[in-house]
Amino acid sequence: MFTAMTTMISISNLSKTYEGGFQALKTVNLDISRGEIFALLGPNGAGKTTLISIVCGLVNASTGTVTVGGKNIVTDYRAARELIGLVPQELTTEAFETVFSAVSFSRGLFGKPANPAYIEKVLRSLSLWDKRNNKIMTLSGGMKRRVLIAKALSHEPRVLFLDEPTAGVDVELRRDMWALVSELREQGVTVILTTHYIEEAEEMADRIGVITRGEIILVEDKATLMHKLGRKQLTVQLQEAIDSIPETLADYGLERAAGGHALVFTYDAERAQHGVAELLRDLAAAGLAFKDVNTTQSSLEDIFVDLVKEER
Amino acid sequence: MNLHAINAIYRFEMARARRTLTQSIISPVISTSLYFVVFGAAIGSRIPQVDGVSYGSFIVPGLIMLALLTQSIANASFGIYFPRFTGTIYEVLSAPVSYLEIVIAYVGAAATKSIVLGLIILATAALFVPLTIKHPLWMLMFLVLTAVTFSLLGFIIGIWADGFEKLQLVPMLIVTPLTFLGGSFYSISMLPPFWQTVTLFNPVVYLVSGFRWSFYGIADVSPALSLAMTLFFLIACIVTVAWIFRTGYRLKP
Ligand SMILES: Nc1ncnc2c1ncn2[C@@H]1O[C@H](COP(=O)(O)OP(=O)(O)OP(=O)(O)O)[C@@H](O)[C@H]1O
Ligand SMILES: [Mg+2]
Repeated sequence: MFTAMTTMISISNLSKTYEGGFQALKTVNLDISRGEIFALLGPNGAGKTTLISIVCGLVNASTGTVTVGGKNIVTDYRAARELIGLVPQELTTEAFETVFSAVSFSRGLFGKPANPAYIEKVLRSLSLWDKRNNKIMTLSGGMKRRVLIAKALSHEPRVLFLDEPTAGVDVELRRDMWALVSELREQGVTVILTTHYIEEAEEMADRIGVITRGEIILVEDKATLMHKLGRKQLTVQLQEAIDSIPETLADYGLERAAGGHALVFTYDAERAQHGVAELLRDLAAAGLAFKDVNTTQSSLEDIFVDLVKEER
Repeated sequence: MNLHAINAIYRFEMARARRTLTQSIISPVISTSLYFVVFGAAIGSRIPQVDGVSYGSFIVPGLIMLALLTQSIANASFGIYFPRFTGTIYEVLSAPVSYLEIVIAYVGAAATKSIVLGLIILATAALFVPLTIKHPLWMLMFLVLTAVTFSLLGFIIGIWADGFEKLQLVPMLIVTPLTFLGGSFYSISMLPPFWQTVTLFNPVVYLVSGFRWSFYGIADVSPALSLAMTLFFLIACIVTVAWIFRTGYRLKP
């Protein structure tokens, strides 16, 4: 009972083999908590859209079950789908409808009585209000994407899927999107987004799942992930170049850089505690004078590239 | 029942019809009027009465049927094919809508449009030739049943088609020929006996005959048989649609 209260989406043993025999998902298990912002990260063809499409009812699963808000997406599809809003990856909008009527249409489709005031609020929050009477085909690509978001929000969903929301979107809209997600977070809406851009996951998500070739190879809190896998590098700028690394420093696995003018120390989060202080002490003991020290942290991007490379 | 959803789809489809008024109403009315001028007035004046009805009046029910069949199929097939083609169907498929509701909305809208069209053609015909409707309730029933049945058929075609050519294929190669050979412009009693028998395999004969009977009380086959055949086609279409949805055929990978 406890899990039913905190789990919003529960995916168990989900697999999908497309008609041609291609297996796009292999036994996916994933739980997403209520109010969580979850980023699904993966290269092209990893199965992100397939996973989302199954949860939203656009693709039939081959095996496994999915519940949304405790409702089975197949046997209790009405109750499950009422909770869900989907912003698809492709820009698929009606052409001849006006923005306002298209968004109102979506609300009706999801079984909600008309509520022009609410639609107005959504359109205003997406800077679409001025365009409400324009035909959708006259809008720019970025605006069409806003229309898709407005449609997905039109029925006040509790779960929002954003399938690559910022693909082909300018900086401003990307910022707006991030703002929107944090606003939704405040309202307790669960958000699942897929992206290739690590910075996006880093910026918005609470938890990150990495999917590649149909398998979720890692699910971790963003902070833990950064902590666990984030490599740090300490670069020590020496006053005088050295030709070789002194014997006493052999244990640190240092690398010479900048023609011997710098030493690079690579360490992970666990070693950080004493490693750095000890190294600096030992450097001084070895008689090496340094003029500057700086550290860099590997981004999620590096982590991700490493992970996916490992898998291959 | 998700009535809001049915309402939303129905209105969306009707709005589409209003946007394409020329295509959906005006052009069928014009082409039907041309039939009246050519067959009713020009050629018809040389043709004696058929079963006691002037030729111009005789062809009215058949012409309405012709428009009803082609327009029901065209409306419904396009209505569901176009969102599949553009991808906007995702929204309907992800909505808390049952398949029954989807069918009611799309087929209901397509049938409404062709019923309105049928009535408009009827009114147009009244300007050209004298009309009597002996059994108005039967007339309406045949009108509605045929519109619904062929809108369902159009819906099936719209789901089956995977290109615009296929969308045209069935109406062009099957429905139009069957309609022309289905006694729209003649009574099958005018045919040699062999062809009379062949014609009885053409389903459209039963639709036209029943419909014409509701106007003039004359029929090639008994009205009860016409009704039975119409209901048979309706049920066949319903069964097919149910199968499509149960299997997710061409809608969900
Ligand atoms: N309808 C389909 N029929 C057959 N194969 C499909 C179908 N849809 C997707 N696939 C295949 O399934 C795999 C996963 O596709 P999916 O769209 O889920 O990837 P994705 O992670 O969303 O990729 P991207 O980042 O490019 O959007 C791909 O290899 C794709 O070719
Ligand atoms: Mg995708």
